[in-house]
Amino acid sequence: MNVLIYLVPMALLLGLTGLLGFMWTLRTNQYDDLDGAALRILPDDDIDRE
Amino acid sequence: MSEALDLSNFVERNEPGHAHMTLAVEGVGCAGCIRKIEDGLRKLPGIIDARLNFTQRRLAVEWREGETDPQRILVALEHIGYRACPFAPERIAAEDNHEAKRLLKCLAVAGFAAMNVMLLSISLWAGDVSDMTQETRDLFHWLSALIALPAAAYAGQPFFKSAWRAICTRQLNMDVPITVGVTLALGLSLYETATHAIHAYFDSAIMLLFFLLCGRYLDQAMRQRTQQFAGYLASFKAEFVHRFGPRDELTRIPASVLQPDDIILVQPGEAVPADGVIVSGRSEVDQSLVTGETIPQPVEPGMTIYAGAINCSGALTMKVAAAGNSTLLQEIERLLLRATEAKSNTVRLADRAARLYAPVVHLTAAATAIGWLLAGASLHDAIVTAVAVLIITCPCAIALAIPTVQVVSAGQLFRAGIILNSADAIERLATVDTVVFDKTGTLTLPEGVADGRSTDPEVLERAARLALSSHHPLAATLARCARERIPYAGVVEESGSGVHGNIDGQEARLGSALYCGLAEPTLQHKGRDEAASTIFFTHAGCVAAIPIRQHLRRDAVTVVQALMARGFDLIILSGDRSKAVEPVARQLGITQWHAGVSPTEKIATIEKLKSQGRRVLMIGDGLNDAPALAAATVSLSPITAAQLTQARADALFLGEYLAPVLDAIAVCRRARSLMWQNLGLAIIYNVLAVPIAVAGMVTPLIAAAAMSGSSILVTLNALRGRLGRRPHFVHETGSLETQAVERTARAKACVAEDVPQDLVWKDTAAARDRMEYVQ
Repeated sequence: MNVLIYLVPMALLLGLTGLLGFMWTLRTNQYDDLDGAALRILPDDDIDRE
Repeated sequence: MSEALDLSNFVERNEPGHAHMTLAVEGVGCAGCIRKIEDGLRKLPGIIDARLNFTQRRLAVEWREGETDPQRILVALEHIGYRACPFAPERIAAEDNHEAKRLLKCLAVAGFAAMNVMLLSISLWAGDVSDMTQETRDLFHWLSALIALPAAAYAGQPFFKSAWRAICTRQLNMDVPITVGVTLALGLSLYETATHAIHAYFDSAIMLLFFLLCGRYLDQAMRQRTQQFAGYLASFKAEFVHRFGPRDELTRIPASVLQPDDIILVQPGEAVPADGVIVSGRSEVDQSLVTGETIPQPVEPGMTIYAGAINCSGALTMKVAAAGNSTLLQEIERLLLRATEAKSNTVRLADRAARLYAPVVHLTAAATAIGWLLAGASLHDAIVTAVAVLIITCPCAIALAIPTVQVVSAGQLFRAGIILNSADAIERLATVDTVVFDKTGTLTLPEGVADGRSTDPEVLERAARLALSSHHPLAATLARCARERIPYAGVVEESGSGVHGNIDGQEARLGSALYCGLAEPTLQHKGRDEAASTIFFTHAGCVAAIPIRQHLRRDAVTVVQALMARGFDLIILSGDRSKAVEPVARQLGITQWHAGVSPTEKIATIEKLKSQGRRVLMIGDGLNDAPALAAATVSLSPITAAQLTQARADALFLGEYLAPVLDAIAVCRRARSLMWQNLGLAIIYNVLAVPIAVAGMVTPLIAAAAMSGSSILVTLNALRGRLGRRPHFVHETGSLETQAVERTARAKACVAEDVPQDLVWKDTAAARDRMEYVQ
């Protein structure tokens, strides 16, 4: 059972990372334009044409 | 006379030297549009950033002040091929946005906590049947407490606050049992943990919060989406006004910033932007939006005219009246207030369920505790059982039962071209048995159509091309008949009378009978049609009188017949003359119709119907319909309706068809049956679970499983609404997306053919009035 001493904090830490990640996406307004994000990846003009 | 467009009201300045403005953009449909707009604007000097929000069709532009101005940005967008309007978000919408974000944060915290506590709980349940030591169990309980307590304190706030507000006003709402349940469960669990007990209820409490927040968030998100769309439409409806400045110079300002006592100029063909008194000028105004009367009324200095009236012939200078000073609007507002108060008495299904439910839950829990005490159980055991009852009966499923169905149905209605103004409109629409129609703009299209049947096609073409040069609304209608959309050169418009010019070396005139030099007898000879307005054309000795008629919406007859076949009672209440109403009623086969009805009489008729036990759906668009819309059980308006009317309607429908009415009723009936099914499921769950809880046999495992199970079942049942058939008429009328795409293509084609810009403008303006903007 000693394994719990680092497994439980690790599980919590992972969960907390997810939560903080979500809060970050919220704060940076990443849910404001869900349809636009899907379309913005389509144009290729950001690739260097050499 | 050059006019400056004053957009300073829409510009925000966040940091010195930087200006920011939000625009609503029309015609954005693909990835290419995003690139074209953003790259096109970024190339302009002075622009710092331009970012298009595709979902909301909003463009945020930031620029260095002094290097460019809003006017130039609008012109640049126009060159790229998109029409844009300054967007002024309302404060309410901003608050709602804030609220939705807060709910989402709470939901995230509750979700995180629920997952982790559950992780620990499953280990505990497994430990119950294996060899978990007392120390490990305590550790897990303390860890659960560490996660659940702060999370509940944060994520539970929406419920705690709402419950506190309810208690302060000595009422009970759904949030009271939730708050009591969660607090007791957490407190008890903490006590159990401290006393090394086997069971703790942290998982149940936090899961409860998570499911409830899901319901709250869905409800909020639906309302927010509707409001955003309404705000987008409103930006395009916002009119610009010509206002005289202190030195009598004319500037164009948005109508929303008009002040009382401003002196404004209303040109022929424009809508009157505010109530006011005419200072100078003579004209005829079309008050069909205000009173339903379709024949233009003459006006002169000293007379009061109302917002929404269309100036037909001469330029008018008017003084804006102080808000609420106008008798008509005041009257309408007063009627509105009364009717709205009456409606708020009808209780929403969810609230009704909550009102019944909350006391029952509390009584059952109290009775359980007392019952066990009387039966000789210890105080501790009695309280544990009572808390289990509270948790298991907490209205998870009930809280989800209605919002989920509302969200699914609102999505379906949206696809059928219907936007909901109020969330409970779905429940009310489902019960309707009588449909009351307004005529002008509701059964008929808001714009007239030139009737060229009695005119020689050659003459009609010449008249229509001549009409291209006119700003008069009747002429604009006629101009749509022109096959060749190129105006004649050298045509002069005489404001308020008509246009004249040379066609093939001979003089041609288009306008009123007097302007065309026709005497009264000719007028009668041409058989003036009572139901139509007439426009006259003379050229090289030939005289034509072209009636401009109001046409029924294309599918009006089909929809009316379908409604009758389904057993609805149909009535027409119109403010128009009976000569104009009678043919429409006859054509549609509606036997109950009333003409020349005033707003007060409309309300009286609807009240009478309601007192007979009928559930009335009112469909109307004029200002005169607004009180009647508020008085009816539920109301619908076409998107072309007057602003005040739109605000009163429970739902708006888009496009040129009447079919959304039928779809709305069908979708809502289905939604209501799903709501009842969901409530039924939630009740069955309680009937099964409560006796087990009262008997003291609920372990935390059972509580958690039962709660999640019922919530998932209810959500899945709501999603069934999505699986059903598409609304009846959508395939016939073509989806709104297709209509929007067609329109954009048409406008683009005009640009490609190098047609003068003002013509394209006219075309888009006409399209705008029909308001087919759909994402």
